[in-house]
Amino acid sequence: MKPRWFWFSGLAFVGLGVMGFVLPRWTVFLLSLALARGLAALSVALLMRAGLVSFGQSLFFATGAYVAAFTVRLFGIREATVLLVGAVVVSMALAALAGLWIARYREIFFAMLSLAFTMILYGWLLKAYWITGGTDGLRIPPPTVLGVTWSVDALRTVLYEVTLACTAVALVLIHLFLESPLGYAVRAVRDNEVRLEYLGSSVWQVIYWTYILAAGLAGLGGVLTALNVGHVDPQLAYWTTAGEFVFITLLGGTESVLAPLIGAVVFEFLRTYALKYAPYTWQMALGGMMLLLIFFMPRGLWTLRHLRFRKALS
Amino acid sequence: MLDTLVVIGTDGLIYAAWLFLIALGLSLIYGVLRVLNIAHGSFYALGAYAAASLIGLYGQRDFWPYGVYLMIPLAALAVGVVVGPLVERGILRWMYPREPVYQLLATYALFLILEDLTKLIWGVDPIYAYAPYTLLGDVSIGDITYPWYSLLLIGTAVVVGILVSVFIRRTRTGRVIVAMIEDPEMSTALGINVPRMSVLAFSMGTVLAGLGGAMTAPMIAVMPGMGAEVIVLAFAVIVLGGLGSLEGAAVGALLIGFLRAATVHLFPVLELFVIYLVMALVLILRPRGLWGRAEVRRL
Repeated sequence: MKPRWFWFSGLAFVGLGVMGFVLPRWTVFLLSLALARGLAALSVALLMRAGLVSFGQSLFFATGAYVAAFTVRLFGIREATVLLVGAVVVSMALAALAGLWIARYREIFFAMLSLAFTMILYGWLLKAYWITGGTDGLRIPPPTVLGVTWSVDALRTVLYEVTLACTAVALVLIHLFLESPLGYAVRAVRDNEVRLEYLGSSVWQVIYWTYILAAGLAGLGGVLTALNVGHVDPQLAYWTTAGEFVFITLLGGTESVLAPLIGAVVFEFLRTYALKYAPYTWQMALGGMMLLLIFFMPRGLWTLRHLRFRKALS
Repeated sequence: MLDTLVVIGTDGLIYAAWLFLIALGLSLIYGVLRVLNIAHGSFYALGAYAAASLIGLYGQRDFWPYGVYLMIPLAALAVGVVVGPLVERGILRWMYPREPVYQLLATYALFLILEDLTKLIWGVDPIYAYAPYTLLGDVSIGDITYPWYSLLLIGTAVVVGILVSVFIRRTRTGRVIVAMIEDPEMSTALGINVPRMSVLAFSMGTVLAGLGGAMTAPMIAVMPGMGAEVIVLAFAVIVLGGLGSLEGAAVGALLIGFLRAATVHLFPVLELFVIYLVMALVLILRPRGLWGRAEVRRL
C-alpha cells in the first residue's frame, strides 16, 4: 500500500472509532453490521482474486455465529474475546477440512460445491431444532468484553469498537498476506494457472490456504454479527446470504482490501433506506444496480477513487 | 414395510417429475449457452404466478371446466415468449465473451429484479388456484389415495422429456443447436444464425421453467420466495446428472426424488440435508455428474 493510502486508512479508522461515541445508537449498530459484513465480503474478494466465485461463504459466516451461540450455551463462556477467537479457529478448521476437496475446483464447479456445502449446514441448522433452535435460532446473551460487564447502552459502543478493532487487524493482516509471495501467487492463479505450476508453485496449495484464510474472515464477520445482533438463525447459512456477500464485493471492488469494506457500508445504508422507502422494490433496485455495475463498472466503486485526481490534472 | 416402500416409490416419482420439469430447462440453457442461470428460479415463479392468474380468470367465466388445463401451457408459453428473448438479447448476449463470474452475477442480479417484479405485479399475499387440482379427483393405488393431478404431473414430465429429446436429436433445428454447441465458429461459417439459435434455446429453457411453475401452481400457495428455494434444488439435480445433459437431468431428478421421499418417510430430520450432501459428494467424486461426458480441459 502506498503511504498515502496507509495514512488515509489509519485516519479513517481513528475517525470511525471516535464516531462510535458521537453518532446515534442506530447508526453505530448499522456500522457494526456493515463492518462485519464487510469482512465476509473481503473473504469473497480474496477468493475472487484467484478468479474463484464462492456462493457459499455464508457457510463460515454462519459457523462463526453459531460457534459463539453454542459456546455461550454449552460452556457458559460469555467473554467476547474468547468467542471471537473460538469462532475464527473453528471456521478455519472447517475450511481446512472442506478445502481438501474444494481447492481442486474452478469456476462453476467451485461455486456449486461451495453452495452445496453451505446448504448442508443450512439444512442441518433448520432440521436439528433440538440443538440449533430450528428456524427460531438461538439467543446470545450480552457478552462481557475484557472481563467487564457493560451496561446495555455502553455495550453497543463497546461492541462497535471491538468490531472496528477486529476489522482493522484483519485488514492489515490480509494486506500483508496479499503483499507476500503467497499473495502474489493468488493473483497468478487467476491470470495463468499453468504458468504458475511451471514456476514450481502448487496451485492447489495456494487455493487451499487462501480458502482457509477467507473462511477465517467470514467466520470473524459471522461472530461479530452474532454478538452485535444478539441472535443467530439458519438464514445466516442460506445461499442468498452468500449471494449478498458476492454483491457487496462486486459493489466495492476487489482491487484493495478497503474496497469490499466501503462496499459493505454503502450496501448497509442503501438497504436500510431502501427497506424504509421502497420495501417491495429494494431487491429490484439492488439487482438493477448490480447489472449497471457489471456493464459499466466491473471493478466496483473502487474505480471512483481515480475521479478526483483526474479532475485535478485537467 | 411394503406399504412404506410403495409410498416412497410413488412420492419419489411425483417429486422427481416435478424436479425434472424445472431442471430440464436449466440443463438445456447450460448445455447450449454455458450459462448457469440463477434467474431460472424466477422464471419458475413467473410461470406459477401467470398460471394462477389465468386459472383464476378462467374460473370466473362460465367456460367448459376442463378447459382450465389449457391455461397451464398457455402461462408457460407466455412467460417464455415474453421473458426469454428479452433476457437473452437484452442481458445475456453481452455476457458470453466475459468471464463466467460475470455471467453468474448477471443472472443473480436478474433473479433479484424478477423477485420484486412478481411482488409488484401480484402483491405479497399468497394466491391459490386449486381448480385443476381438485377437478380430477383422487385415484387409489393399493391402500393409498393419490390425486390424479400428481399422475398428470408425472405424465407431463415424461411427455415433455421425450419431446425435448426428439427435438434436439431428430429435428433439423435441434441438430443445428447441437452443432452450435460443438463449434460456434464453424457453425457461423456454415451459415447458421447463432444468435437466433441462442434466443431459441434460451426461450425454450424459459418455457420449461414456466411450465414447471405453472404445473406447480395448483398444488401450492403461490407466494414470494418460491424461486429461491427451487433454484438450488434444480442446481443439485443438474449437477448430479451432469451439467447440460438431458438424460442427466432425468437421472438427477429421479435420484433426488426418491432420496427425498425416503428420508421424509424414514428419517424426516435429514430431509434438506441429504440432498445437498449427495450433491457435494457427486461433485467431489464425479464432477462431470453421474451421466455427464468428461470434458477435455483446454489450456
